[in-house]
Amino acid sequence: MTSVTLPALGSVLPELLLAVGSLVLLLIGAVRGNRASGTVNVLALVLIALAAVAVAVQGPEKVVALNDAFIVDGFARFWKILALVGSGVAIVLSREFFVREGLDKFEFPVLVLLSTLGMLLMISANSLLTLYVGLELQSLAIYVIAAFDRDNPRSTEAGLKYFLLGALSSGMLLYGSSLVYGLTGSVNFPAIAAAVQGEQGVLFIFGLVFIIAGLAFKISAVPFHMWTPDVYEGAPTPVTAFLAAAPKMAAMALIVRVLVGVFPGIVEQWQQIIVFVAIASMAIGSFAAIGQRSIKRLMAYSSIGHMGYALVGLAAGTEQGVQSVLIYMAIYLATTLGTFAGILALRNGNVYVDRIEDLAGLSRTQPALAFFFAMLFFSLAGIPPWAGFFGKFYVFSAAIDAGLYALSIIGVLLSVVGAFYYLRIVKIIYFDEAKAPYEAMTPTLKLVLGVSSVVVLLFWVLPAPLVGSAVAAAKSLF
Amino acid sequence: MVAAAFFYLFAGVCIASAFMVIAGRNPVTSVLFLILTFFNAAGLFILIGAEFLAMMLVVVYVGAVAVLFLFVVMMIDVDFAELRAGFLQYLPVGALVGIVFLIELVLVVGTLFVDPAVLHTAAAAAATDAPRAGVTNTEAIGLVLYTDYLFAFQTAGFVLLVAMIGAIVLTLRHKPNVKRQDIAAQVARSHETSVELKNVPSRAGV
Repeated sequence: MTSVTLPALGSVLPELLLAVGSLVLLLIGAVRGNRASGTVNVLALVLIALAAVAVAVQGPEKVVALNDAFIVDGFARFWKILALVGSGVAIVLSREFFVREGLDKFEFPVLVLLSTLGMLLMISANSLLTLYVGLELQSLAIYVIAAFDRDNPRSTEAGLKYFLLGALSSGMLLYGSSLVYGLTGSVNFPAIAAAVQGEQGVLFIFGLVFIIAGLAFKISAVPFHMWTPDVYEGAPTPVTAFLAAAPKMAAMALIVRVLVGVFPGIVEQWQQIIVFVAIASMAIGSFAAIGQRSIKRLMAYSSIGHMGYALVGLAAGTEQGVQSVLIYMAIYLATTLGTFAGILALRNGNVYVDRIEDLAGLSRTQPALAFFFAMLFFSLAGIPPWAGFFGKFYVFSAAIDAGLYALSIIGVLLSVVGAFYYLRIVKIIYFDEAKAPYEAMTPTLKLVLGVSSVVVLLFWVLPAPLVGSAVAAAKSLF
Repeated sequence: MVAAAFFYLFAGVCIASAFMVIAGRNPVTSVLFLILTFFNAAGLFILIGAEFLAMMLVVVYVGAVAVLFLFVVMMIDVDFAELRAGFLQYLPVGALVGIVFLIELVLVVGTLFVDPAVLHTAAAAAATDAPRAGVTNTEAIGLVLYTDYLFAFQTAGFVLLVAMIGAIVLTLRHKPNVKRQDIAAQVARSHETSVELKNVPSRAGV
């Protein structure tokens, strides 16, 4: 039995800010109703910024708090910043959309904040219990906002589908956790890591597979990807932007921490699982996207593929591999948020356009938007000198250094397949006959799109800040 | 010996009634079989000395959740016969998946080798946290729930809060033209605002 002392609370300051802040915002909303929606949105952004500052000022040393359930290290801080950026931008993108769609409710930013709180807890998880409650908090809030457009059958279907499959994956995760707990006698990661050295029995691997399955569901890696296209398509677009960005960061952080940080003793045994999942994700992400007609579905398959590439770095299991995952996910975050800002800008009268062929001739009607779109798709395709290329480069060079030649060759070949459909969109934008013009972009969309395009375009000029912090973050895990 | 007999009794009835939950035709009997399953699971908990969990299972799952199920099942107007119409045509696929899983499980259990030493160290590791002898289940949980596991406990509270917000966001509808009691407005009424005096001339008709 221990008592929680005040210094221990210092290490959970970002989480406390979000937790208490979201409760306050909830009260403001409850008292003032939906008139307060604008205020709550702004305050939510302020809270996320404050939490990011609180994360940034935490020292680089490793702190374990709250009875070993919670860990703050360089690795956690890197991912937390990414998750907070993803959530913040999603809130920025959401407001105009919801006002136009008549869905402007104060609950949205509150739920995003609570989901972000869950993400931070996942990232800082140091025990199976924290892992589970964090994951559940994160997911439950997202199930709700996926169904936020409750009068639209597609949105409610998306929410329900995500909820049911998510509950199933939680069940698998819990089953695996209980096996691991039963075989190691502890829920704390350091104790589990100490107990798991060398060859493990079948039952333990059984438990590990279930844990990986539960986590792979959250990053929508094949074969746990079925929900992704439907949920991405059905959910309101800002929610899709949120779904594609921030939760992926938290779940990927958790996978890396669990596999590399907790089970380093049995790399050979989980490596083959990750190699399979990576290849399958890259393949589905590349081939299934070709026939898509909806941009949001295309982005769903694109994110499945990108998770596959990130897992290639994890499969290496080395420090270099973890660095490459960090860099890849940061670049993925910037590109995805920019792309969704672009998708939100495709508005024709009161209708948000979702067909790929509607992009035809965008270069003539909206040259700036077309240019930014093209930048982002070049980056997603992994064409140098855009940032996406460097992400893939780091990932594959980590895999090659770890001796995973077959995986790297398959990955490079599949990224060529993927490049086909990204470039097809660029072709449609620039060379097809123009359709009806779109409305002018709003300033916030311009800002998000511009910043992310500049980031992916000019990453090669100044890669040092990102690469340097990824190196430092990966070091804290080993 | 007696404990073993009770174990097989509880476990056997538990599995049989769990099967009846999905096999039953009438949803009401399904829920009743679910309650029977919970009771038998509670019996199993008592056999291993976890009386607090056993009582919680009865109080929470039987007393609250299953009864709520029963209300929902009896109140909503769903034609379960129609829902089940296509049930049998999925049976072969379901059975196939089930058999594959069964074979996999048999393979796993067949090759199952858990080093007794592993289980021993696991038990030893868990035993360091075990409460002193003579401490009841309830007391033991109370000793750690708000101290060692305060963090997980609080976070679980947030999960429930999100569930509540979600239920409200997704289902609450403000209907227009619904008359509500507004106490402040009632209290603020004065004689002047609520009574209108008309001077009706007599014999003039209305």
